[in-house]
Amino acid sequence: MTQASIKGRVHSIQSLGTLDGPGVRFVVFLQGCNLRCSCCHNPDTWALSDGTEYTPHEIAEKALHFREYFSHGGGITFSGGEPLLQADFAREVFALCHKEGIHTCLDTSGSILSDTVKALLDETDRVLLDLKYTCDSLYREHVGCGMEKVLEFLAYLNEKQIPVTLRQVIIPTLNDNEENILTLKAVAEQHCCVDKIELLPFKKLCQVKYDNLQIPFPFADIPEPKSETMAALRKLLAEYSG
Amino acid sequence: MTHKNWDGFVKGIWQDEINVRDFIQANYKEYTGDDRFLSCATPRTQALMKKLETFFALERQCGGVLDIDTATVSSLTSYSPGYIDKENEIIVGMQTNRPLKRGVNPFGGMRMVRQACEAYGYKLSSKIEEEFQYRTTHNDGVFRAYTDEMRKARKCHVITGLPDAYGRGRIIGDYRRVALYGVDKLIEEKQNDKNNLANGNFDAERIRLNEELYQQIAFLGHMKQMAAMYGFDISQPAANAREAIQWTYFAYLGSIKEQNGAAMSLGRVSTFFDIYIERDLANGTLTEETAQELIDDFVMKLRIARHLRTPEYNELFGGDPMWITEAVGGMGEDGRTLVTKNSYRILNTLYTLGSSPEPNLTVLWSNSLPENFKRFCAKVSADTDSIQYENDDVMRPIYGDDYAIACCVSAMKVGKQMQFFGARCNLAKLLLIAINGGYDTTSNMHIGPQMPVLDGDTLDFDAVMERFDIYISWLSHLYVNTMNIIHYMHDKYAYEKTQMALHDTDVERFMAFGIAGLSVVADSLSAIKFASVRPVKNEEGFITEFETSGDFPKFGNDDDRVDLIAKDMTHKVICELRKTPTYRNAIHTLSVLTITSNVMYGKNTGATPDGREAAAPFAPGANPMHNREENGALASLNSVAKISYDDCRDGISNTFSITPDALGRTEQERIDNLVAILDGYFAKKAHHINVNVLNRETLMKAYEDPEAYPNLTIRVSGYAVNFHKLSREQQREVISRTFHESI
Repeated sequence: MTQASIKGRVHSIQSLGTLDGPGVRFVVFLQGCNLRCSCCHNPDTWALSDGTEYTPHEIAEKALHFREYFSHGGGITFSGGEPLLQADFAREVFALCHKEGIHTCLDTSGSILSDTVKALLDETDRVLLDLKYTCDSLYREHVGCGMEKVLEFLAYLNEKQIPVTLRQVIIPTLNDNEENILTLKAVAEQHCCVDKIELLPFKKLCQVKYDNLQIPFPFADIPEPKSETMAALRKLLAEYSG
Repeated sequence: MTHKNWDGFVKGIWQDEINVRDFIQANYKEYTGDDRFLSCATPRTQALMKKLETFFALERQCGGVLDIDTATVSSLTSYSPGYIDKENEIIVGMQTNRPLKRGVNPFGGMRMVRQACEAYGYKLSSKIEEEFQYRTTHNDGVFRAYTDEMRKARKCHVITGLPDAYGRGRIIGDYRRVALYGVDKLIEEKQNDKNNLANGNFDAERIRLNEELYQQIAFLGHMKQMAAMYGFDISQPAANAREAIQWTYFAYLGSIKEQNGAAMSLGRVSTFFDIYIERDLANGTLTEETAQELIDDFVMKLRIARHLRTPEYNELFGGDPMWITEAVGGMGEDGRTLVTKNSYRILNTLYTLGSSPEPNLTVLWSNSLPENFKRFCAKVSADTDSIQYENDDVMRPIYGDDYAIACCVSAMKVGKQMQFFGARCNLAKLLLIAINGGYDTTSNMHIGPQMPVLDGDTLDFDAVMERFDIYISWLSHLYVNTMNIIHYMHDKYAYEKTQMALHDTDVERFMAFGIAGLSVVADSLSAIKFASVRPVKNEEGFITEFETSGDFPKFGNDDDRVDLIAKDMTHKVICELRKTPTYRNAIHTLSVLTITSNVMYGKNTGATPDGREAAAPFAPGANPMHNREENGALASLNSVAKISYDDCRDGISNTFSITPDALGRTEQERIDNLVAILDGYFAKKAHHINVNVLNRETLMKAYEDPEAYPNLTIRVSGYAVNFHKLSREQQREVISRTFHESI
């Protein structure tokens, strides 16, 4: 495929992202995902065939409209879906952004590490790595891949010294326990590229999306975590950061 | 000259001429630190504020008006002194003789006063009725001169909210002059100006000015008397911070006793006061705590200022606003920031006294503002939803560094420029009138040039534009002429003697026109251009509905195809307005600002080609239509930022509501991100933004149970309101607006 013909499939664009990377982010949600996480809150991004096509220039051009808002550490973030599935496209956009001095950030599950993905990471300033669980069996049951792939990805980021924010969605009964947090902390400590850990509460607003798509939401019966639980787990994390 | 009360101030030309800016520049001390020096409310302040809260509750229980003095015509000396708690007040002075009691001001028009009294169960005294039988009010004068076409335009609401039945407002006296110079010096200067007039040819303008100067001098005298009634002699310069604030407040108070203008703004006093406060702190007569107390007491006085309005007026300008706008911060021409500790203190009143819509605290934002101050403003916004921001970097090159904001977004050099307020025309309605060849289907009136209803199965963009141009040109001419009559009559019958005495005699005037429904028009024209719009006619053959098929770009998504339609529209309108000369050679300006009248304008406008139903509200000001933004908040801001301030020198208002979650996870993140948003938006040369950080659910709860949320303050359109003071309809509209949420 020649570069001129690369096109990306975009699910949607959020011009004001404040939760996906440092500062104010221009967030591009790419279409298509290789995983089927039971906790997924964007089932509408799964299908590889949907979305709107854009050239890398078109997306970079759009991002440039917002550069004035990036003064406090902001920039562009690719999320999804799984942006690694469109690594060529994402790399091209990031390269164009880098030419303009815009910070680039990748929000990913880290389950693919091909040459094109490595090329993308060469243009990536920060990775938001979604480490969904800290145990392989939960990974296999609720994500659809082995945990070793994600650890391999993280090891590569460490090797390349790309700053990483580890993220984990806290899901009651599955990973809302002390042991998980301590393991997560240990993983972070083993990789000096990790400079931040974010615990995010599992949310069920996405039920509507599942209903619209007429597919069952696997975690429909799991409650959202209590804010006290989140606070306690975050405190635990902070204490061990000592 | 020199004066003992100026001891310790750096000398300058301000001593030899009336020049407050020079005094400020020579003497102020910029502050770039953070908010940690601030004090909390003292027990005295808390007790006084508690008393006020009781009055506010009583006012609410009485249906919004606590009391009316129906037998006294409001003026500077017509009421005996009033107090909240005489022994414990530091700054004194009240509009009438009791807190929240409203005076009557019939100079703008009798009918409005009469109706306002009746609406709250009062009756205007027969004494005033009789007196004004023999007087011409502003309203009388205007209606003597209105043409048939002007009456029709007014009646069908294509031009609405005109200040032809009440005071025009939007004039800011340089109230600081009274503190810096004392009234005697101001009288002396005005007398000199008057004497100098004697040498020229006495044409109409010179005769008028000569009489105006007579009135200005007389009312400066009344101001001294008013202060004397409270036990103060303001003939000489203020000797300390307390006097500086008291003198300045007396000047403002005199103005709101004399005039009931729609917007009675304060100007730019904080940094001026800071100079006096710094002097007192240095000589040990003031502490940080007592400095905050002074500002708190001053702000409490501003919070109880009221004017008597009719329910119809409230429909236009909901929430009982006074627009006591105070411009805070900004940069100086020499590159120093004008932020002082007192800029913090006045914002701090939102904590010491709780959040509040008044005074209308307006931060003049510059990219160069100290980072600490930016962060403090963002924190105050997120905590209180009570402040607005305007772009100092686009205004300072035009107005210098001693301008202020009248009403919501109208910039003017303090004491050197004033404006003739002109409400707004309904651009969306005009589009419908144009399509129907000079017929308004809501009021069933023929108006404007008469031509056939536009033909065709679908609307053709070029044909619509050609038609629209004709009607814009027609309305612009009519609009300027109507304004000329209004302001001629206002000068003649309700001249602002106190406020104009606090201006240079040779004042520059703006005539401020406005448009409502910009985003409706932009989206409608976009629909006609990019989708297919089929007009549907009624039995009489007029187009009353539209069937729009296909997608079209919508304003608010950072899409040039439609955003430039909006931008071009404002350019077209101001160019057309400029073709008709103005009264007193005022400079034509244009605003995109609706106050809360976007609800009423919508109510009086039929269905539009963008899919908006008949009678549905417009978006406020320059906002995109609700919930048409598909790319998030910044794309919406970018669209509005494209409207040029060069075309809209009277301001471009944007109201922005975001949920706390969408702004960031922690308080620090939210502050950082809000600063980044404001920096970015203003770097795009945008003019104004109201910031609300709140959840829609909060408003819905307040809608269901207003009593439980008496102090819930939100920014609406260039000003803030207590949510409970809005009409139910206005509340619903506010709730329906776009809230930028996290996803």
